[in-house]
Amino acid sequence: MSSSCRRPEHMAPPEVFYNEEELGTNDCAGFTHTGLSRMIEIQTQMSARAVELLSLPEDQPCYLLDVGCGSGLSGDYLSEEGYYWVGVDISTAMLDVALDREVDGDLVLGDMGQGMPFRPGTFDGCISISALQWLCNADKRSHSPPKRLYTFFSSLYSSLARGARAVFQIYPENSEQLELITAQAMRAGFTGGMVVDYPNSSKAKKFFLCLFAGVSGVLPKGLGSETVDRNVPNQVQFTGQRSRFKNMKGKSVKKSKDWILEKKERQRRQGKYVSQCFSERFVV
Amino acid sequence: MKLLTHNMLTSHVKGVTKGYPLLIKATEVKVNEVEFNPQFVSRMIPKLEWSALIQAAEGVGHRQDLPDTLVSNYENDEDFLHKVHRVLLEVEVIEGSLQCPESGREFPISKGVPNMLLNEDES
Repeated sequence: MSSSCRRPEHMAPPEVFYNEEELGTNDCAGFTHTGLSRMIEIQTQMSARAVELLSLPEDQPCYLLDVGCGSGLSGDYLSEEGYYWVGVDISTAMLDVALDREVDGDLVLGDMGQGMPFRPGTFDGCISISALQWLCNADKRSHSPPKRLYTFFSSLYSSLARGARAVFQIYPENSEQLELITAQAMRAGFTGGMVVDYPNSSKAKKFFLCLFAGVSGVLPKGLGSETVDRNVPNQVQFTGQRSRFKNMKGKSVKKSKDWILEKKERQRRQGKYVSQCFSERFVV
Repeated sequence: MKLLTHNMLTSHVKGVTKGYPLLIKATEVKVNEVEFNPQFVSRMIPKLEWSALIQAAEGVGHRQDLPDTLVSNYENDEDFLHKVHRVLLEVEVIEGSLQCPESGREFPISKGVPNMLLNEDES
């Protein structure tokens, strides 16, 4: 079948796709145990990157919104980082999983397309992992994607504190869809744009829509105050940056000289035959 | 649902202009221990609608003798912050409903999760 069948949002509305009977089959379709933990790992990585893009003030516990929180995997990361969060999701089955997992955040059952029911200026930031694309589908006859996107973005804009950001990880289908999303976000008052991580890799490529609610300016210092502290950058630097080697945790980069030497050493210890390589042969 | 979340929730039914504060009708309330973070509590206090918090806390029977109006210089009052922490983050409404003050629409709360889904004609 065509590629569209691989996209869950084309199969059924979110509350149906993520219902109890389907949970076992859809979210973990065909995954082995390691496949599942790999999925959790990817989800956590994406949450971490989204939080990094939020560029929240350091050493301050923030109050965040997680749109499409599902079973609370991204919320776990937020709690680990010491943030307080509220999760909104349309699927009761997924929220039940979150309740079973005893997540720290507070949960609300709601539909993004109907707007976020929060007071103005509530949140210091918003993250959303793989949820926004669900809004681009009309699952009911009364649904109009541009209208629902606009309702969502405008209510989100108001519920964010000025200067706050919203970061959405999405898997856009095509450029028209991206345009539809960004156009409605801009209409609602947001500024910002897309950040694409690893644009040259088909597997690691990730899209993050980074939206800013109002300017995040730094308060000017009063005259005569001598204790001017170091200017904290409040803009993301190098957003399209390739940080491929960042999360290796002490391991060498694959295919690098160190990596080859380490591997050879390991195999030698295991008593395997290892050919001497050029550099080793000529070391005096 | 924590009372902090309640303090931020509004009714978003079509045509409602204020829809705040939502009236809590609780049938089951639980108190969950949460780690105390004075920095977070004092950061959230200016964002709160104090009267709505007092009303909500009173309604669920966990007012902790908080004053009607916010005291000044609360940042250094550890005891006060502890009480606010308890009301904001530890008291949870498990079963009941939230009622929109303007339209009278009720949003049910089950297993601690308020259902804010609207019908088609309400959005």
